[in-house]
Amino acid sequence: MSSESPGILYCHCTYAQVIDPAVKAAVLRKLCDSGQSFEAVADLCEMAARQDPALKRLAGGETVKIAACFPRAVKWLFASAGAPLDPARTEVLNMRDRPEADVSARLAAPDLQPNLPTGKTTAADAPKPGASSGH
Amino acid sequence: MALRDQSYLRVVLYEGNDAEPLASESRFDAVSRLLNQGFALTRVGVGGRTAPADDRPALVLGQFRAGLEPNALSTENVRVKNISGLTGEQIAGAVESRRVEQKAVQHGGWKPWFPVIDYDRCTNCMQCLSFCLFGVYGADREGHILVQSQDNCKTNCPACSRVCPEAAIMFPKYKAGPINGDEVKDSDLQREKMKVDISALLGGDIYSMLRVRSERAQSRFSKERDSDKALTERQKCLTKLAAAGDIPPEVLMSLPSPEEIMRRAEEAKAKAQAALAAQK
Repeated sequence: MSSESPGILYCHCTYAQVIDPAVKAAVLRKLCDSGQSFEAVADLCEMAARQDPALKRLAGGETVKIAACFPRAVKWLFASAGAPLDPARTEVLNMRDRPEADVSARLAAPDLQPNLPTGKTTAADAPKPGASSGH
Repeated sequence: MALRDQSYLRVVLYEGNDAEPLASESRFDAVSRLLNQGFALTRVGVGGRTAPADDRPALVLGQFRAGLEPNALSTENVRVKNISGLTGEQIAGAVESRRVEQKAVQHGGWKPWFPVIDYDRCTNCMQCLSFCLFGVYGADREGHILVQSQDNCKTNCPACSRVCPEAAIMFPKYKAGPINGDEVKDSDLQREKMKVDISALLGGDIYSMLRVRSERAQSRFSKERDSDKALTERQKCLTKLAAAGDIPPEVLMSLPSPEEIMRRAEEAKAKAQAALAAQK
């Protein structure tokens, strides 16, 4: 187990039809056949809504590649669950608009190409879930 | 039980030392089935990293070598199961049984549709809080907007993202950008639909429009005693809004009575004002 190799997280987006099923199936099949360890979740949105503590676990690794949807959505989904991703250590592979071969190739590649959007606010600075004033 | 209070089961497919790897097709079948059933899964292979263990219940699946007794490896929280010879369907069945035993959450009961705020763009103007009739939004102690009750959101309704002047509200399962999380382009902000006050779509305040229409319908109902006509009238009014804002008609048709709408709207406005005051 190499400490340099990025962790892999695959989102199946189970509860919506927004990712081409053929793309999801091909990416997952190659991942399964790769021999690599990985994390697979049914639906990141559902986990974020539940503020699943597993998201902190998944976000907390050294580096991570996430096969899911748009980087902006993934960034703020994690943040909304109190599990901000580190922009310098995260690469999001968008299965909604990238060909399966591209996504699979990036998952298999040993290097990381960070691509989370950066902006005026870091996820860590954003309002924290569970801190409602009761307004 | 609130979404956030539910427990869940972690599934680990172990194919490391002391276990035979599954055949390619069997592995894909089992993993696909579990994901389609809503489970999260850690596949432990010969390389790569996985997230560390935590204190939640887990079920470890593997084709363990002879002489390795799964029961002896199990603990109260972590159950180990030998899946040698099991089909994907049987594996999924075993996981489901364990979920039931653990009283863990049953997935799939709710389509995870809710707004996600892009705080890079959000200006904390509270329009979303003022607009939402369903209590999805709230504010933290410092008066910052946040999504408070995701499960109150109406499935497939992106209406609040339409009132956001900064295109800061995403619905990741929406069909089109930038609401789906795609990059926000200048042209998106320039498009009237991204900045629109949704009430303008009806040529006035949506709440008063609904109230007037409903009152007319009620009046006609009292005269004609024809509930179908009243319903038709309300549907006509709402169809225009549904088309303009891509709001599912069933969401609009399930709106509460005009009086209740007004009450909730006042409540939401008061929340927004309190949150804005807290920022000062």
